[in-house]
Amino acid sequence: MLDRTLPPAYHPITGFDLIKPAHLQFSNGLQAFVFNAGEQDVVRIEWIFANVFAQDEQALLNTCASELLLEGTASYSSKQIAELVDFHGAFLVPEYGYDQSSLTLFSLNKHLSQLLPVVKDILTDAVFPEKELATYIRNNKQKLQVSLKKNSFVARRLFNKTLFGPSRYGSVPDIADYDRISREALLALFKQQYTPSNCTLVVSGKATDEVIAMLEGLFGDSWPAEGGSAPVDTAPAISGTTGLLVVDERKDALQSAIRLGYQSIQRSHPDFPGLQVLNTLLGGYFGSRLMANIREDKGYTYSIGSGLASLKHSAFFTISSEVGVEVTKATMAEIEKEIRRLREEPVEKAELALVKNYLMGTMLGSLENVFSHADKFKNVYFSGLDFEYYDYYTDVVNAITREEILRLANTYLDYENMIKIVVGKYEA
Amino acid sequence: MVTFNRFTLANGLRVLVHEDAATPMAVVNLLYDVGARDEHPEQTGFAHLFEHLMFGGSAHIPNYDAPSQAVGAQNNAFTSNDITNYYITLPASNLETAFWLESDRMLELAFNEKSLEVQRNVVCEEFKQRYLNQPYGDAWLRLRPLAYKVHPYRWATIGKELAHIEQARMEDVKSFFTKHYNPSNAILVVAGRVQTDQVKQLAKKWFGPIPSTNTYERQLPMEPQQQEARREVVQADVPLNSIYIAFHGPARLDEGYYAMDLISDLLSRGPSSRLYRRLVKEEELFSEINAYQTGSLDANLFVIEGKPLPNVAMDTAEEVIWSELDKLKVQQVEPYELDKVKNRIESTMVFAEMAILEKAMNLAYFELIGDADKFNHEVERYLAVSAADIQQQAQQLFRKENSSTLIYIATPHAR
Repeated sequence: MLDRTLPPAYHPITGFDLIKPAHLQFSNGLQAFVFNAGEQDVVRIEWIFANVFAQDEQALLNTCASELLLEGTASYSSKQIAELVDFHGAFLVPEYGYDQSSLTLFSLNKHLSQLLPVVKDILTDAVFPEKELATYIRNNKQKLQVSLKKNSFVARRLFNKTLFGPSRYGSVPDIADYDRISREALLALFKQQYTPSNCTLVVSGKATDEVIAMLEGLFGDSWPAEGGSAPVDTAPAISGTTGLLVVDERKDALQSAIRLGYQSIQRSHPDFPGLQVLNTLLGGYFGSRLMANIREDKGYTYSIGSGLASLKHSAFFTISSEVGVEVTKATMAEIEKEIRRLREEPVEKAELALVKNYLMGTMLGSLENVFSHADKFKNVYFSGLDFEYYDYYTDVVNAITREEILRLANTYLDYENMIKIVVGKYEA
Repeated sequence: MVTFNRFTLANGLRVLVHEDAATPMAVVNLLYDVGARDEHPEQTGFAHLFEHLMFGGSAHIPNYDAPSQAVGAQNNAFTSNDITNYYITLPASNLETAFWLESDRMLELAFNEKSLEVQRNVVCEEFKQRYLNQPYGDAWLRLRPLAYKVHPYRWATIGKELAHIEQARMEDVKSFFTKHYNPSNAILVVAGRVQTDQVKQLAKKWFGPIPSTNTYERQLPMEPQQQEARREVVQADVPLNSIYIAFHGPARLDEGYYAMDLISDLLSRGPSSRLYRRLVKEEELFSEINAYQTGSLDANLFVIEGKPLPNVAMDTAEEVIWSELDKLKVQQVEPYELDKVKNRIESTMVFAEMAILEKAMNLAYFELIGDADKFNHEVERYLAVSAADIQQQAQQLFRKENSSTLIYIATPHAR
């Protein structure tokens, strides 16, 4: 007779294998990293550029430059670029991040020879036509109006602004800011930022010799390096605020969006993996303390979570949720309580063991295909680290003790000093 | 090409196995043939609420999540108007834990009062977060009952109203479980670094002893053909005017389904698509506009949704949308443009084969609609669609008397 109360034997996950990239440097200085694996005849090619900021660090300009890249070159109109990409069943996606702007091409191998010359043209000769800029500004002002009616969106903006002040990381656009974007400024930024020496190429999928030769032909010799050296990125001056409570009252709100947090440590800090374990315990997975208490016991929210983000010049820890307006204060009190518990009481052995297993299992699961191996590489590469980080991570996760968790909680979790943003109703 | 082996247990549970040794992981995907369309009109939102309760412990396992996380697994589920789908991804060496967990909650739930009370609240907060506390969040709560008068697609998966969820009782939960959560009403797909013999042995061990109970026979009312154009205008505290036009279209297994899906691609997929190019970029009338179909098993809705610019009158916005739709009715699409949307289908299918979870979900879904192997022939179905088929389907879809139009007029401080 089957005993259903007994769980099957557990087989621990002790480590995982990462695909190491081939590293190439093209004659113009461009660094390329190649992950050649996978069954399907598809490839993902990413051109990643470090963001270059003007004195005032208005990130909106960099965002616009990224999002308008595909809107025309001297040889191709916006429509022609769109047709070419769509006709070949490809995806060409510009993306702006805190520290880098990237252009990513997903394509079947058989269409690369049609598509890569267009990408080359875009990265060397984007012209940001006035008409396309006007359309972009008009439509994005409309979209921002809608987003500003979403409490969670507003909470994230207020959080970044409060946390990072007027620096690149705290820069959030207002509707009027769009009117200050000019074609001249975009062209000037484009010239500075989209250069071979400022570019990292990451190729993953069926990255055959043929693909690499094609890339080197287009993005090596024939893409001359600019005369000067790569732009120097000086660390932004961040005026840190702590402990502030910001309430943005919304009369008709049914829920409040809340966001708490402050600046934290970067990936290169020795405590970073340990803090990730602590973050997981607090709010980093479905069974976390915050979910177990605030969702699964109290039913205050559909979801609550915490996270740790490492940036080039800073890092932040954040807790966020959307909760019924009548339980906004109660939720904040429970968050405070859960943080206090982690600082005062050693975590249960079983709970810590569970979180360790969970983290190792999800690490293994996050390496599903060759693209995810490339993503793991980018995480460390852009933090100035290498794959040894993952050995260190594995060692820390496997060895971490209850005492260490207590130390980390007392060092890195401090409710009092967190910035607290509430959009909705605080006194309901 | 997604290869698989298939067998059926004596209690009626269908099992499919997809072996993929390239990953160290395994996926166990369990699809139950029950969705919001199977609900009683006075107890809507129940299939989805029930999905939440499936995580509240089962007969022999008081807590579902902890033992799952303890073996390095990630799990979740979703409910649609048609199906409820549970999935768990875990290191392949711990595959048996997934069988243990999934079989116990198919055998019998714990029916825990506290879990019911908490999940009612959680789902009410989900309702508010997604549908009520967002500009335009209630669009589908309005559009469904406007377009469907009889078929249960007239309510959203989340439910018609908060009250239906607040009133859910334990006896309703129990009878829903008995009615729908049977081995013969489910499809189990196991994919990843697994072997068919191993899966066979585990399936027999854990799911084999679950008794087969009576099978529910679905008898849903058919939506009668719509005879007149319908319209609802809402004054709401939203920042911009917005328009939705919904048309009744073919069901998933109807011949016309593929033509309808390609029409949505022609109109709205990718930056070169018709509505975006013409109405956003060239004529500068909308800030955004999209077309899609609901992908349901029974007769679908084909929807156009857009936000006209502030200087554009709603009448004009509506006229230009219709004029784009009319073009599809009178003029056959050129071979270049038809090839373009077919190429996109082809590449999307290749990308869909890169993740085991996606493959497992697709196998389960296509098995539900007749045969998992159909997934491997989907591209051919799309490639077979001709320009004449597109034109004919457009003529069928885009008729005033087949349309339901929902308009939001931005009115500051309206409730």
